[in-house]
Amino acid sequence: MKKAISVTVNGVPYRHEVEPRLLLVYYLREVLGLTGTHVGCDTTSCGACTVIMNGLAVKSCTILAVQAEGATILTVEGLAEDSTLHPIQEGFWEEHGLQCGFCTPGMMLTALQILERNPEPSEEEIRHGLDGNLCRCTGYQHIVNSIRYASRKIKEEGGTAIPETAGREGR
Amino acid sequence: MIPAAFDYHAPSSVDEALRLLRSLPDAKLLAGGHSLLPMMKLRVVSPGHVIDIGRIQALRGVREDGRELVIGAMSTHWAIESSPLVRARAPLLAECASRIGDIQVRNVGTIGGSLVHADPAADYPAAVLAVEAEMTVVGAEGQRTIRARDFFTGVLSSAVRGGEILTEIRVSALPPGTGQAYLKFPHPASGFAVVGVAAVVRVRGGRCEAVRIGITGVGPTAYRAEAVEKALVGTTLDDRAIAAAAEHAADGVEANEDLFATPDYRAHLARVFTKRAVRAALERSGRA
Repeated sequence: MKKAISVTVNGVPYRHEVEPRLLLVYYLREVLGLTGTHVGCDTTSCGACTVIMNGLAVKSCTILAVQAEGATILTVEGLAEDSTLHPIQEGFWEEHGLQCGFCTPGMMLTALQILERNPEPSEEEIRHGLDGNLCRCTGYQHIVNSIRYASRKIKEEGGTAIPETAGREGR
Repeated sequence: MIPAAFDYHAPSSVDEALRLLRSLPDAKLLAGGHSLLPMMKLRVVSPGHVIDIGRIQALRGVREDGRELVIGAMSTHWAIESSPLVRARAPLLAECASRIGDIQVRNVGTIGGSLVHADPAADYPAAVLAVEAEMTVVGAEGQRTIRARDFFTGVLSSAVRGGEILTEIRVSALPPGTGQAYLKFPHPASGFAVVGVAAVVRVRGGRCEAVRIGITGVGPTAYRAEAVEKALVGTTLDDRAIAAAAEHAADGVEANEDLFATPDYRAHLARVFTKRAVRAALERSGRA
């Protein structure tokens, strides 16, 4: 039996009838057409499907779309404001934080969670924070550099890492 | 990977969840879903009904009740790791939570879901054994309490019966002079504990007055290393005494085997990590 869900993704409200077994990542990709969120391992390991839901980075391959009822979600498509890149995107651009780019959306959104809780992390803290994200190009050093860039940039701008459009913890 | 079809229910109270659990055949409770959904995707389990108790606000949060710390079963690992109350009153649980999976997993997975799932390589079982936590469950016949040492009954099996819901985890305040530590050897790919050792050590007058060791990852269920505990009580907890006691960390346990670790290697790791965990707990006891 299908269930109705209402969610706000990147500031846009949606309402759909979905099968309960539909995973959030497939809802985002196939129902909403937001294919920036990737399916890597499909087993909660690689982090390519990471999105921010109610202010928290989550692996959308291990959440049912129906569990997201009422949630506010940010995907990679919602990071830039108009044509201005988010500091984390700018960091990946400036520091060559990607090679093939498959892990990048998940890396960037996890990075925001790291920076939200620890605005000026050490290299070791960044690496520990990325425990749940895999880069098969093994380009970790540049990813770490990109996150440090974003940390400096966010501090300079005096903002918070996770934008308002990602919702807040505790629904 | 797509789970088999099921009907979804999202009760807003424990009573409503219990009613659903009684009336629906072939139903599974969904907490954070980070154990259940992977199993459903692999079709290891294919319940006809899923009852999502993750939305029941009464099951979330941490509070004090007299001398006890009460953790709602739907509290996430992150909520436990970051709670000032847990860090002050039961630092072992906060440390243990911080070692689970990764940031994203800790944002969603819950202590209640993990405990009832009773994975032999999960982290919390070692910690709840070492702090002698008590689990409160409710069912048709009302409420009952399960001690940590009676809670884990087998691989993926707990003492929570069908029709019951784990609602909270209660931990008594520990007296001064108590040190606690959780040390783990994580599987390099999955992050699960190949071996995890939780130690609670109480020192008085330069001697070990009491000690509790919980070990996960080694056997079919987490267990209390009683032989180690007996060997430590009354000693001055010098390196020699700790090393001698830790030799008994896997006594009487049929150690698990997988591609990563043979039973002998697991038992060896249990001894090494027991030694380290007792030392770490001792350092934090304020004596050292």
